[in-house]
Amino acid sequence: MTLVEPALATRVLERALARGGELAELYAEARQGFSLSLDDRRVERPQGGRERGACVRVVQGESSYNGYVDGVEEEDLLRVADSVAQALRGEERRPAKLGAAAPAKGYPVLARPEAVEAGRKAELLRACDARARATGAEVSQARVGYTESRRTVEVYNSEGRAASDDRTRVRLSAQVVARRNGRVETGTDTHGGHAGWELFETDPERVAERAARRALTLLDAVDAPIGRLPVVVGNGFGGVLLHEAVGHGLEADGVQKRASVYAGRLGERVAPDFVTAYDDGSRQGDWGSDGIDDEGTPTRRTTVIEEGRLSSYLYDLLRARRDGVESTGNGRRESFRHVPVPRMTNTFFAPGEATPDELIAGVDRGFYAVSFGGGQVEPATGDFVFGVSEGYLIEGGRVTAPVRGATLVGNGLEALGAIDGVAGDLEIATGYCVKAGQSVPAGVGQPHVRIRELTVGGTAA
Amino acid sequence: MNLAVAARRATEAALSAGATDAEAWAEESTSRQVRVYAGEVESLSDAGARGVGVRAFVGARSGYAYGTDLGDGGVAEVAQAARQAAEVADEDEHAGLPDQSGTTAVPDLASAELAAWSTGRKVELALAIERAARAREGVTQVENAVYSDAEGSVALANSRGFTAGYSATQAWAYASAFAGEGAELMTGLGVGLGRDPAVLDPEAIGGEAAERALALVGARQPESRRCPVVLDAFVAASFIGFIGAMLSAEAVQRGRSLFAGREGEHVADPALAVADDGTDPDGPASAPFDGEGSAARRTALLEGGRLLTFLFDARTARKAGRASTGNATRASYRSPPSVGTTNLIVEPGAEDLDGLARLAGDGLYVTDVAGLHSGVNPVSGTFSVGASGRLIENGELGAPVRELTIASDLVSMLKVVCAVGAEARWVPLGRSVKAPPLLVGEMAVSGS
Repeated sequence: MTLVEPALATRVLERALARGGELAELYAEARQGFSLSLDDRRVERPQGGRERGACVRVVQGESSYNGYVDGVEEEDLLRVADSVAQALRGEERRPAKLGAAAPAKGYPVLARPEAVEAGRKAELLRACDARARATGAEVSQARVGYTESRRTVEVYNSEGRAASDDRTRVRLSAQVVARRNGRVETGTDTHGGHAGWELFETDPERVAERAARRALTLLDAVDAPIGRLPVVVGNGFGGVLLHEAVGHGLEADGVQKRASVYAGRLGERVAPDFVTAYDDGSRQGDWGSDGIDDEGTPTRRTTVIEEGRLSSYLYDLLRARRDGVESTGNGRRESFRHVPVPRMTNTFFAPGEATPDELIAGVDRGFYAVSFGGGQVEPATGDFVFGVSEGYLIEGGRVTAPVRGATLVGNGLEALGAIDGVAGDLEIATGYCVKAGQSVPAGVGQPHVRIRELTVGGTAA
Repeated sequence: MNLAVAARRATEAALSAGATDAEAWAEESTSRQVRVYAGEVESLSDAGARGVGVRAFVGARSGYAYGTDLGDGGVAEVAQAARQAAEVADEDEHAGLPDQSGTTAVPDLASAELAAWSTGRKVELALAIERAARAREGVTQVENAVYSDAEGSVALANSRGFTAGYSATQAWAYASAFAGEGAELMTGLGVGLGRDPAVLDPEAIGGEAAERALALVGARQPESRRCPVVLDAFVAASFIGFIGAMLSAEAVQRGRSLFAGREGEHVADPALAVADDGTDPDGPASAPFDGEGSAARRTALLEGGRLLTFLFDARTARKAGRASTGNATRASYRSPPSVGTTNLIVEPGAEDLDGLARLAGDGLYVTDVAGLHSGVNPVSGTFSVGASGRLIENGELGAPVRELTIASDLVSMLKVVCAVGAEARWVPLGRSVKAPPLLVGEMAVSGS
């Protein structure tokens, strides 16, 4: 299915460049989605939607002019192109000749989620609820959510780029509440990917079971310790640490405004030589993967830290032009209602040599952060905060009591430099990353990593 | 396009498709954003959006669908999809349209002044904000200065004969300034909002960004301890927003609120009075009716230390044997109504900031928190969030501090909010909240 024919795209770009501009771009998108949730044993909130829209962008010097429209009809597109052109004051330019939008390398979707009967989705949620409740008598409530989405994207630009991508994602999430006397604790887990319904063919209910185990574990949790401690960070969602503390600081928009602590440090040693990290939007089936980014650049693997040295920033087209480099395929947007900005895809530490047990055995008194509820960083300083959703004390080289209410506070550069062990068990988890008011799916991941010392903030005095 | 006509047609189409009751929310908006950097326009964006969302009931089941085509064929397709979606839901005996719909007159939701501003003037305003921030000595960078506005119209129709609509405008601006260099670099945010750009004061917005950054230059990590904490209006608003979420009848009925079963009880220090008010003319979330057509109103939540009520939509009200408080909120036509706060308003007290510091004696003044959405457990209420600000020593503001966390739990915190500042302001970060600074008697501060 073609959203915008190349002949119409050419006319849109011609009109957008009527008063000048170095680059004009048409981004068109058809989105459809369905979601369903289960709460308090009841399947509810079935909802579906279909949208079509486009963004026309003209770049001139350091300025970009954007127009967004709901709809991809000829009159919609030409009107928005004219309105964007109004902001410019130069001489008319001609776009390069456009061919048909070439489909990007796709990811196999074995079972189209929209073809699966809605009743089976409801059954999946009920099975998750049952599994959560069967995990422990103290489980009092479960909330399970299912979402599927399909985005068909076409990008044309005045330099002759014509590319398309067909993106299907599914995700299952569980939030389970456990209760004992007056105490209430919550555990969460998710499973998803750039894939179809086949992702849920083998034991999808384990998502609910893992969430339930977390909640039950927390019922026995002690208050978090306060102070500077060695910290072992878990694999999978533990990668939020890299995402927040390092990844955001490598996005070229912040770097170019000197709003990043990593600005001007390419080639510098930022971590021990056994630490390598990637951003890779081309990993098959992973949550943050796409065929092309939202400016039509094919996704790829970018080594951001190579054996301890800072080796690349993450670029979209605009920032790449400014630095005289190629885009790394990180120009992403939430939808046709948003402008592309440099964003991470799947960001992770490369696996190392150690085992998780070895990392823990080397700690006399410390903290084991298995999973985070989320995190936040100030890229300008690298200062970060993470809420720990599942954590334990480490005493005498062994994992002991579960801990609640812990927060990790630190600085990205300091934490990178303090890494003293990387395990081999790489896993990528499904996150949503919010920046500049835009939410995009981002894969976060890592193997187990040990940090010599971090500030653990908690409620224990 | 007449929105009310589109909403009525969508409702009728849902009934024709077999729904027993239906409701349609149609929306149209235009918005503009100007982003400037280093004295130049960095980006200029114009957006036109339109869409319709239909909630269809089939007996006690309900489903939702939305789309961007407001034509007859488009709304019929959406209505059909909503009715189909309803089939997969379980029955909910309390689901349904409000028993009583209505509107409350809220003056001045839309300002004609907005239309009188050219793009050029809006660019000038953003540039003036950036200049105001850069003009302060010690400011090393202004990361961005942003002006945005929106003008939107909404129509809601349902199968019980209710049709109503309104238009509203909004203009807001913010700037983010840096002070210091390298690892010592500190950031500050300045914001302003109103119904049109004429009420935005570039000096105040840029100046606030600069001053918040400058106040943190030279910040160090403080020692861990328990002490009184003064939350500035931004930070106070964030916490009050979390408490507002826990007062949703939805959270209460689902067993996810620590306030369940505590209506009428003393849950807070009497100094703290909080209301939800969907009718405040200045409130960004004000409207004549809520997301399902219940008339907007003001609902006192905390008064004299007592919890007076929870916030209800039609469904939760029916379940509790109460009346809706007009708190069915919608993010846009893309989502069905759900229980939420409109504008949360904290009654101002008597103390200025110096007075609050004096009352605190020795403690901490927090001007920024990070990691709120991950650091607060909405079920247990425990929180531990990153913070920065200044020490309070001998009743006066002292040296700046950073890289610390403050921790407590929301229930304990409410009981020890022992003084309320006099200067309340709108904080449009996430939820709409109007709050003054608050003095919290004790929190755990974790530093070195």
